Amino acid sequence: MRTLIGLFALLAVFAPAANAAEEIAITIKDHKFSPDEIHVPAKQAVTLRVTNADATPEEFESHDFDVEKVIIGGQSAVIRLQPLDAGPYRFYGEYHEDTAQGVIVAE
Amino acid sequence: MLGALIIVFREVVEAGLVVGIVLAATRGIAGRSWWVSLGILCGVLGAGVVAAFAGAISNAFAGSGQELLNAAVLIIAVVSLTGHNVWMAEHGRELAANMRKVGSEVSEGQKPLAVLAIVVFVAVMREGSEVVLFLYGIVVAGTDTASLLTGGLLGLAAGGALSALSYYGLLALPMRYIFSVTGALLTLLAAGMAAQAVHFLQMAGVINVFQNKLWDTSWLLSDSSILGRMLHVLVGYDDRPTELQVIAYAATLAIILVLIRMARSERQPRTAS
Repeated sequence: MRTLIGLFALLAVFAPAANAAEEIAITIKDHKFSPDEIHVPAKQAVTLRVTNADATPEEFESHDFDVEKVIIGGQSAVIRLQPLDAGPYRFYGEYHEDTAQGVIVAE
Repeated sequence: MLGALIIVFREVVEAGLVVGIVLAATRGIAGRSWWVSLGILCGVLGAGVVAAFAGAISNAFAGSGQELLNAAVLIIAVVSLTGHNVWMAEHGRELAANMRKVGSEVSEGQKPLAVLAIVVFVAVMREGSEVVLFLYGIVVAGTDTASLLTGGLLGLAAGGALSALSYYGLLALPMRYIFSVTGALLTLLAAGMAAQAVHFLQMAGVINVFQNKLWDTSWLLSDSSILGRMLHVLVGYDDRPTELQVIAYAATLAIILVLIRMARSERQPRTAS
């Protein structure tokens, strides 16, 4: 446990503040993303701010750009994307996959 | 109901495969059921705690708390697995020889057991917290609760069954291979976890070097397929790894293999005399 806390403290020192780069806002409402299609510049790091406006937790997930992050109801989360090659990248809410679907298009 | 079944099944299998390998790797060591059960129990409790504080964890460290927590527990698991493998290099042979003498070397075997219990704890906590949050969402939403909970329970049973199958599959191996096979599996598991830890650190923005994708094999075997996910857990398969993930994977493998070799060569003269 002490190692864990130590590691945390160490990581905190190195964790830089979110890049000043543009932040793209996405909202989850009624288990749907809005907007559900986002255009970003290719080969450039982008930051998403995903707000979960539902009461239930959601797991923001994408295999295409390799992100997995739980966002509990009423909270928002920051997701930093690595630079993407041009193309479409699907994302979804793992807990409500039938409705929570979206795509990022890098161009 | 099917959706709930699949989600719970997936998470249970991911943790269950780790538990299965650990159980096979500790075959014949007295007290291992106790340690593994302790690991699972603490993992379930830890999953509840992580889920309960998910909001606070997420907001910590400028919104990177979840990634940093994941990276931290993965690094602890990698260190534990490395320690276990080195210990096995020193003691594995005696262990295999003494296997039938139940209860022999009781104190000797406790160290790797405690270390592997940590690995079980980490695996159960990480996957379990996702299940807890998912089930919590079902209860809060209040629609169709019974059917979704049934799906969840079926997923738990199916995941448990598949994990048990992997354990018995490993046990079916001839005795003299079992420690080398489980040792190799635990080494690959450690390398895969190291690569995952690096991925979380990159997501948290802590590491900003070597973050380009090295290759893309998603057309061949996707991370999201069942086989892809199982290989992801077992050997750290990633269809689109970053350069640093691959470096971390290779470095972990190399470090463990070198440490094992050193432990063996230190051991050799004494066994010879």
